[in-house]
Amino acid sequence: MATRSASNLTVRVTGLRRAFGGTVVLDGADLTVGRGEVVALLGGSGSGKSTLLRALAGLDPDATGDIEVPEHFGVVFQEHRLLPWKRVADNVALGLTGADTRGRALAALAEVGLGDRGDSWPAELSGGQAQRVAVARALVREPELLLLDEPFGALDALTRLRMQQLLERLRQRHGFAALLVTHDVDEALLLADRALVLDGGRIAEEIAVSLPRPRHQDDPGFGGLRRHLLDRLGVPAAG
Amino acid sequence: MTSTTGTAPAVTTTTPAPAPARVRRPRRWYRLVSPIALVVLWEAGSRTGVLPDDKVPAPSVVVRTGWRLATEGALTDHLVASLTRAAVGLLIGGVLAVALGAAAALLRLGDNVIDPPVQMARMLPHLGLVPLLIIWVGIGEELKISLVALGSFFPLYFNTYAGIRDIDQRLVEAAKTCGLGQWQRLRHVVLPGALPSLFLGLRLAIGAAWLSLVVGEQVNAQTGIGFLMMEAREFAQTDVVVFGLLVYALLGLLSDVLIRTAERRTLAWRRGLQAT
Repeated sequence: MATRSASNLTVRVTGLRRAFGGTVVLDGADLTVGRGEVVALLGGSGSGKSTLLRALAGLDPDATGDIEVPEHFGVVFQEHRLLPWKRVADNVALGLTGADTRGRALAALAEVGLGDRGDSWPAELSGGQAQRVAVARALVREPELLLLDEPFGALDALTRLRMQQLLERLRQRHGFAALLVTHDVDEALLLADRALVLDGGRIAEEIAVSLPRPRHQDDPGFGGLRRHLLDRLGVPAAG
Repeated sequence: MTSTTGTAPAVTTTTPAPAPARVRRPRRWYRLVSPIALVVLWEAGSRTGVLPDDKVPAPSVVVRTGWRLATEGALTDHLVASLTRAAVGLLIGGVLAVALGAAAALLRLGDNVIDPPVQMARMLPHLGLVPLLIIWVGIGEELKISLVALGSFFPLYFNTYAGIRDIDQRLVEAAKTCGLGQWQRLRHVVLPGALPSLFLGLRLAIGAAWLSLVVGEQVNAQTGIGFLMMEAREFAQTDVVVFGLLVYALLGLLSDVLIRTAERRTLAWRRGLQAT
């Protein structure tokens, strides 16, 4: 703990291994995330992206290796995973301790644009709204780190774009670090400071994304990076 | 097809809100028609002599008998006796069922130790255990309460078990990432998640409890609705027997309505789902 606070790293993972039966999914992966840095983790399906994130979130007791994550972190999954029997505000306040948990939950909801939906049931929300509540639930814990497991993968294209902009705004305001697991190269290039490609159980490639913010797909340099990443992910240019 | 849509907004502003409530009412009435018709036919059959009086008394006679029993005070005592047996038996069987069902569903050891014998015992018809139970606990109150407890145990046990096992593991994980410890996860995720199944189990358990009581009260009882019926049979008072059946049916119906009301209130979050 002392060494971590001295350095400027939020996450440090060394030699992460995980096998399911005889299939080795993670084979000694190393990974760091700096303070306030957004790192995108790309990889083909079955490459172990989600497995790595679950290990970091402490959800996989069978993963071995050295994992250092901050005490306060939040997780957003591909599905919203709200408890259907709790109203939206109570879902956000779940497990929250300290003074005025409801007030803090409502403030977090207001930040994702749902300040007036605290008393709704999760079943009454649209997919995008429910996912925003999930973001609020992670945010209200004032995390140093957000672990995002394809958080917008199940949303329609327009909602996904809005969610990406929302995440960018929240990051600028709160300065959390984030590990974003995604299969969407554009999403990685829009949001991340650094993109990692997971292949063969290890981080096979690391690319610094130094495009100026706010970013857009039409920016010069964007197309080249996208081309490179897609190549690396095994989707070469047509022809 | 063409320009009719243009006029629509002006019309809708004048219509008041309570229209949807009115649509449902007539349907409820229709559901009462066939039961009432059956009772009327029954009464008519008795009056014309088609139905022999000593086999099936007329509904009006049954109602009059019920009124006489209620005003003379005997009915209340019997009712209280039956309700007490049902409540005590249900409490014992229910607590055991929820505790063992939860232990079997949550702990691997519990699953291995508890579930196999319960699965085997389930195949025994518990009402067939009456002779054995008489040897074990005698013919007193213990027998009635044991029967009710046995009858209510199984449906509640299986629904507790299934309700907990059916909880989405992903919700438990999400709760874990929100910093909830094991006990908090039980309280905020497992218990509310299993509640719909627990209610279903409770409704089935109450049904089984009444059934067990009907049988149990026919063995050497001095009080209770079942005793009332057995005594009436000896004196060929068919009207009292039929009235006793009616009381059992009403008790079952009433307890079911109570549970369903409690269910609707507690499971308000499922409202959207049930409406479809």
